[in-house]
Amino acid sequence: MRSKTIKVDYLARVEGEGGLYIKVRDNKVVDVKLKIFEPPRFFEAFLRGRNFAEVPDITARICGICPIAYQMSSAHAIENAFGAKVDGQLRLLRRLIYCGEWIESHALHVYMLHAPDFLGYQDAIQMAKDHASVVRRGLQLKKAGNEIVTLLGGREIHPINVRVGGFYKVPTRGELAALAERLKWARDAALETVRWTASMPFPDFERDYLFVALRHPNEYPFNEGRLVSNSGLDIVVEEYENSFIEEQVQHSNALHSVLKRHGPYFVGPMARYSLNFDRLSPLAQEAARDAGLTPICQNPFKSIVVRSVEILYACDEALRIIAQYEPPERPAIDIPVRAASGCSCTEAPRGILYHRYRVDQHGTILDAKIVPPTSQNQKVIEQDLSQFVPKFLTLPEDELGWRCEQAVRNYDPCISCATHFLKLEIDRG
Amino acid sequence: MAFVAAALEEGPTEVGGVIQASRVLVIGVGNAYRHDDAAGLVVARHLKDQAHSSCEVHEHVGEGTGLMELWKCAERVVVVDAVQSGATAGTVHRFNVNLSSLPASMFRGSTHAFGLNEAVELSRALKQLPSNFIIYGIEGQNFDTGIGLSSAVLGAVNDLAEKLQHEVETM
Repeated sequence: MRSKTIKVDYLARVEGEGGLYIKVRDNKVVDVKLKIFEPPRFFEAFLRGRNFAEVPDITARICGICPIAYQMSSAHAIENAFGAKVDGQLRLLRRLIYCGEWIESHALHVYMLHAPDFLGYQDAIQMAKDHASVVRRGLQLKKAGNEIVTLLGGREIHPINVRVGGFYKVPTRGELAALAERLKWARDAALETVRWTASMPFPDFERDYLFVALRHPNEYPFNEGRLVSNSGLDIVVEEYENSFIEEQVQHSNALHSVLKRHGPYFVGPMARYSLNFDRLSPLAQEAARDAGLTPICQNPFKSIVVRSVEILYACDEALRIIAQYEPPERPAIDIPVRAASGCSCTEAPRGILYHRYRVDQHGTILDAKIVPPTSQNQKVIEQDLSQFVPKFLTLPEDELGWRCEQAVRNYDPCISCATHFLKLEIDRG
Repeated sequence: MAFVAAALEEGPTEVGGVIQASRVLVIGVGNAYRHDDAAGLVVARHLKDQAHSSCEVHEHVGEGTGLMELWKCAERVVVVDAVQSGATAGTVHRFNVNLSSLPASMFRGSTHAFGLNEAVELSRALKQLPSNFIIYGIEGQNFDTGIGLSSAVLGAVNDLAEKLQHEVETM
């Protein structure tokens, strides 16, 4: 067949609602649309008029999978506006809660949403019938991340203990020590996860991606760093809006982002890993090498291995932080309110999450801008499909559709965040 | 590196279960800020107010792995959630998931990729499904942003809460 339409009405195993339309003419892909039809939720608009202190709790509601990312980016952006700097043990506790979110979010995606693609199962439920012990390991790994978030965030979903300036309450050494026991198990389980995912069959597909991530002088990035790329970008976060622009496209309720003069770019675990391999812990680096990964990974299907390496890193880093924890004297620093603007970028599980706020002298939000990672990856996902689909055009319709969905799931898209799911249409004429 | 693969299969050693097996676990599932989606939560609050000693009541947002963790040590479980099947608002559906699967399309109220239906079926595949497991679905009408139940749903919630007080005694 020389032409066809591939149409997936609702993409499965992704967060949120969207679809996919691919038009093929003369065995060439002439159009790809990642259609995000989940309605926009206008968070940026209804933040206006609210007090700055409410922002971490409101923005956490944007996503049930990565609320910590929204709390971290918003808290840092407002602190940036007020000239406040959270340091010491409070800063480390922020890294620790982010470790928890990465572990739970990545474990859910690796085991429940992505692995079935590689092992030929419709979903994790079918996979569990043949691989029960593996699925149980994934669930326990996720639980280890949940426990960090629950302890530091007050609850597992939509945590309520993060505030501008720090936390409302900080844990005792004993509470963290109790977490460490499960995390030691989780670190071993994460290492086994790297080995397991590395043994999966990967399509021979690589692209010369433009990666963008945070880079910190001596840490694998969570909350801070400069925005860097593999094409020479190296800016402070305050220059984000000078370098990146958002564009409206007719087929998506989520704005597309491009890097000025370069175009589409890739954010998330593979970008973070490829730009920060030297910042991973020795254990994570060794596990990556043993898994056959090179310091730069350009096969998006191997993102499942990279995510597993990041789970390992997060367990390792969490244990490091817990081992040297001393409760801070106060759970939060004082925040000097003033009329100002501030921004921040932190590394959500799915990539960089940019927040910018303008606040008046009373601390009332006048203006807000939020750029989630999935919206930044939309164009790269469409480009992947343009190049990936021609290799598989002879496949039966349902198998081709499934391959396309797998290619989308490489990005662990959170469409709820971006507009915040997926229909696939392939038009072969 | 010391590494014992077998120990990784089942997870770390657990100290005790989440629930006493002698009690019925009742879980109300929903989003409190999506009108009728809160129906399960309101039923749970009614039962909590009755302080029923024979049951342990939880409210839950419906994230699948969290639900599995909650019911994995329980033998008798009742879950109440809002559903959308096209039936008249306030219709109460009852499912014995030990006998058959849930109608998946009915429980797609959440955009989360891993919700109640997936949690039930994954528990079944892992042979962790509680031996006596009932799910009630209350047909909702309004799932828009905001608080408060539709009148038809509120009536159904009150009736089901009263019925459950008796049902948990006989499970």
